[in-house]
Formats: sequence, structure tokens, C-alpha cells
Amino acid sequence: MALATQKLDATKARLADIALPEGSGWGTAARADALARVRRMGLPTKRDEYWKYTDPTTLTVADAPQAALHYNDEGPLFNAVDRVKIVFVDGVFDANASDELTAEGVEIERLADAMATDIHWAKELYGVLEARGQKPVARPLAALNTALATDGIVVRVTGKATKPINLIYLHEDEASDVILHNLVKVEAGAEVTLLETGPAAARFSKLVEVEVAEGGKFNHIRAQGRDHERRAITHCFARIAANSTYKSFTLTFNGVLTRNECVLEIVGDDAVAHVAGACVGDGRDFHHDDTVFVTHDALNGESRQVFKKVLRNGATGVFQGKILVKEGAQKTDGYQISQSLLLDEDSQFLAKPELEIYADDVACSHGSTSGAIDETALFYLRSRGVSLHDARKLLTLSFLAEALDEIEDHNLTEELRDRLEGWLSRHS
Amino acid sequence: MLKITGLKVKLEEEDKQILKGVDLSIEPGMVHAIMGPNGSGKSTLSYVLSGKGGYEVTGGSAALEGKDLLDMEPEERAAAGLFLAFQYPVEIPGVGNMTFLRTAVNAQRKVRGEPELSAGEFLKEVRGKAKSLKIDAEMLKRPVNVGFSGGEKKRNEILQMAMLEPKMCILDETDSGLDVDAMKLVAEGVNALRSEGRSFLVITHYQRLLDHIKPDIVHIMADGRIVKSGGPELALEVENNGYADILAEVA
Repeated sequence: MALATQKLDATKARLADIALPEGSGWGTAARADALARVRRMGLPTKRDEYWKYTDPTTLTVADAPQAALHYNDEGPLFNAVDRVKIVFVDGVFDANASDELTAEGVEIERLADAMATDIHWAKELYGVLEARGQKPVARPLAALNTALATDGIVVRVTGKATKPINLIYLHEDEASDVILHNLVKVEAGAEVTLLETGPAAARFSKLVEVEVAEGGKFNHIRAQGRDHERRAITHCFARIAANSTYKSFTLTFNGVLTRNECVLEIVGDDAVAHVAGACVGDGRDFHHDDTVFVTHDALNGESRQVFKKVLRNGATGVFQGKILVKEGAQKTDGYQISQSLLLDEDSQFLAKPELEIYADDVACSHGSTSGAIDETALFYLRSRGVSLHDARKLLTLSFLAEALDEIEDHNLTEELRDRLEGWLSRHS
Repeated sequence: MLKITGLKVKLEEEDKQILKGVDLSIEPGMVHAIMGPNGSGKSTLSYVLSGKGGYEVTGGSAALEGKDLLDMEPEERAAAGLFLAFQYPVEIPGVGNMTFLRTAVNAQRKVRGEPELSAGEFLKEVRGKAKSLKIDAEMLKRPVNVGFSGGEKKRNEILQMAMLEPKMCILDETDSGLDVDAMKLVAEGVNALRSEGRSFLVITHYQRLLDHIKPDIVHIMADGRIVKSGGPELALEVENNGYADILAEVA
């Protein structure tokens, strides 16, 4: 009790001088509600069960730690893809660098503009899925995002979008502390692909709420920066209706601290939710956390969680994944796998897989492994003349392949695979 | 081609001597076979020659065309012309068979200072060789050895051998797990590669493989040594009478 009081007092003190962004129109009420949620729940501390493996301190302190900028000669990702580019520089929308916010099958606006419009669909979504996702586990940093997000993109998908939308987050200020909040509403039978790339900021809080209506399809590919010192907390909240599909893949290169929370709720029958991720981390200061919560609340749902991490030089990987099958969610097919490849004895992988099932006719499985590179396979490759360096690289890519295979668009897979190969060549 | 003199090997982790002084010399173009009971050290010999970890050489030498093999990394031995067809080929998910083959061929070419094969040249060559081993395009596309049957795995080993064109080929129990038809196919693949400049060391338990790959010389290995050498008739003797007689004779 004393601890809980202490935590709430600390949160109160931390939020004492917080001012909600001005000019938020209908957003003002949603922000105030969200801030009240944060005050009730308290900001996370490392004593919280849900933050047992990841210290949230640097995500919650008032002043974000700086992150040095790292330039490299790799070109921007997805350059060859015909897409709608939307650029944020340290969280500030850059109209000149962005394309026109129009494409067939989608309506795209900035969050700031949407909030200034009295009657807007976004009002029914902003902070709504986030608030739903606060149970059974509190996610105060998500509520804080809803309260304080300065901008973001809201997308209504009305048909089959002809081009993917690419949110590009550039990082040019060593001390930037950025909060963005995006919304995607996929209407019945509509389809869209959302790409997100770039390191974004020294400290980045990013949240997306995704509503997928009946028969809709949402595809999400993220590639989070590389070789930089940034810290990030991201959240995806999705509500998935009957016959619809939600697929997401996240690739993370380095970054001091990254926690990606994904909260998916299948509310209609015959729906599919896949969430996958691959990360490569080098160094004692690398910490990567995938926290996933999938709720099945309908018949015949299928969910997959596939997470792979390559860790070296004392890097830490975390996976907390849960499948909750509610009463009546019969014929659920849930799958979860989390694996790490530890390239030395200093690195560590902490996994907490969970299943909670209240229906009696379901198939759910989970597995978690940690291992080193297979010496027999290494010898096999070397005995064919492949150098030790290249053999290690091939086997590492082989380890990551199952996660990369989750990406639908194979052109994107190839590009991300090339990036991984580049990273592995530099870090070995 | 291959000259092994007094080779003594123990396990790195245990105080267990496996090879107790092996002497073996293989001339270019020759096919030698090694037979012997389980645990005699046959597979260890193939691993030590190709550079697998976990063994410690405590004496003797092994040279390929005069170059000290034991001093080289496994990939250097491969580039020098040594090839081991594995008894249990390794599955590598996520790496396509073609990618693997091309990486291996080009890695060796690079070490030897030869230009790398372009994708087109490589494809042409691999298709021709795969066809004679009845390896179809689908098998080439699949991840290395993943989901392959026993026979497919061994054929894949021979395909690698054909692509890498080694000088000294060691076949470690290539006949294990093969039915008669598969064994014939593999043997044909091997026979097609026989040439004046290429030598073979065929390790096997059974004489039947040697019906298809005809050896020039047969060695019997027991307790870490080669205890008897002779012509192909020695393999027949083993087949008919087992090892007991021979071992009693040399003891």
C-alpha cells in the first residue's frame, strides 16, 4: 500500500507542471481523460510486475536523456516503393519533405487538423482503444501519450489503398523528446499498408490505434532506425472485426532502449491477427522489449506471435507475450514463439510467455528458446569453403528468417533482409 | 594427393584417444575405401581431416598435395580442395539451397583468385549437374536440406561436390539410410566425378556401396589404426566373414 501511495505521489509530482497541448478542439476532453487515467494508474516503475525486465525510468523522467546523431551511408528505406511519404522531423510535420496527403482509397489528415474539425470520425477512436487496452494490464505510458501527443496522422481507409503510407521519422536534434499519436480506421472491405521508418527522436513515444472493420485488411511494417542511442516506447492498439486481417512486422536495429507494446483484440469471428518482430542488438546498453497481448473474443480466430532477437556483447532482449482466450471464443488457433540467438555468454534473453484460456475447444501453443549458433551447422558451411564470418552471417539470417517470412510483401522482405545483412557485416 | 602419417587424435573434452597412429597415402585418381567396426575411428578421421572442432591432434601429420591440412581452418581446407560428404547433412532453415551453393562456390573461387560466377553462369551449371542427380528446381529453391528425405540429402551432398570440384573427396557413410535405387544414383554421381586428378576416400560399413563405387584399395580400420590393407577382395572378405577373423589375424 505504501508503495502504491508512493508511486501515485511520484506521478502527481512528475505531472504537476504538465500542460495539455492547446488548441486541441474535441481532443481536449480526450486528453484530460487520459491524463486522469495516468494519475489513477501512476507512471510505471521498475517495481511493477509488467516492467520487471525493463527499467522504465528513462521513459518517465521529465528530461529525456540525449541521443547522439549517427549518420551513415545507407539510403532511406523503401525508396523504390511507390508510397505516400509523410515526414516528421523530431516530431514536427515537414510539409515540404512530405507528399500531398492524398491517395486513392484513403483520407489522410494530420491529427492537429482533425482535432480542429468539430465533427470528425477520429473523435470516436482517439484514446478509445488505448483506454480499452488498459485492462487487464495498466499501460500508463500509453495514456500519457494520448494526453500529450503533439501531432500524428489520422487515416481513414475507404477502399483498397493503391499505395502504402510511409511515416518517416527523422531525428536531427540530440535532445528531442517527441510524442506522436496516429489513428487508422479501416472500413469494411478496405485495405491499407502502413510503413513506419526512422529513429524519430532522442526519446520517442508513439502510439497507433487501429480499427479494422469487417473484411478489412491492415498491414503494418516498421523499421526502427539503426546505430543510434534513442529510447522509444511504442504502442499499437487494435480492434479486429469479423473476417478481417491485422498483420504487423517490426524490425529494430540497435537503440538503447525500445519497448514495443502491441495490444490486439479480436472481436469478430474468423479474424486473423499476426504480429512479428526481429531485432538485432549489440552492446551492454542495448535493451529491446516486445510486450504483446492478444485477446480472442470471437469464434474461429487465428493469432500468431513470432519474435526473434539476435543479441551480442551483453545486449538484453525481453519478450512478454500473452494469449487470452475469452469464454466462448471457441475454435481459436493461437500460436506464439519467441527465440533469441545469443552470440556470446554476456547477452541475455528474458521471456515470459503466457496463455490464459477460458474456452474448451481451442488450439494454443507457445514456445521460447535461447541458443547459440549451431556449431555443427557452422562447420558444415565452413567445410564448403564459406568463411567463418560469412557462415555466422548466413546462420544468423537463417535464424531470423521465420520472422521475416511473416511479411506479406516479398519486395519489402528483401529490402529488410539486405539491411539486416548490412548490419551483420558491420557488427561482427 | 593425401598423405597421413602417424596421426593421433584424442577428444578435446575427454581423455579418450580415438586415433592411435593412422598411416594412409592416397595417390591422385585413386579410390580408397575404409571399412571397420563401429567406434574404430573412421568418422573421426574424416572430421579431423576436414577441421571439425572438438578434437585434439596429439601426434602425426596430414597433408593435401604437400600442404599441412591440420594447420588450416575448415574453409581453407575446402579451398585447398578437400571435400567431406557428411553422414548427416545439416539442415539450415531460411537459407536457400541455391544461395548456399553459390556462396560456397564463389567463396572458394575468391580464395583461389578466380573470378566469381555470375548468377546466370552459376544457374546454368547447377541445373545441368542437378539434373543428372535427379534434383529438381523445387529442391534447389528449398532451404538447405530442410524437409529433404535421406536420399535427397545425400544427393544434395554429391551435387555440392560436383559444383565445388574438389581434389580430395571424403565420403562418410554416404550409403547410410539409402535404399538400393538411391544408392545407385549417388554412386553414379560419384563415378561421374572420378578423374585422374581427383581422389576419393570412401568410408563405409558395408561392401554393397563398393559394388557401385569400385575402390582401388581397401583398408580395415580398428581401434584407431589401419590394421590391414588390400585390394577390393578385402571388402568381400569382410562381407562374408565379418571383422572378427581379420581382427584376430592381426592381433
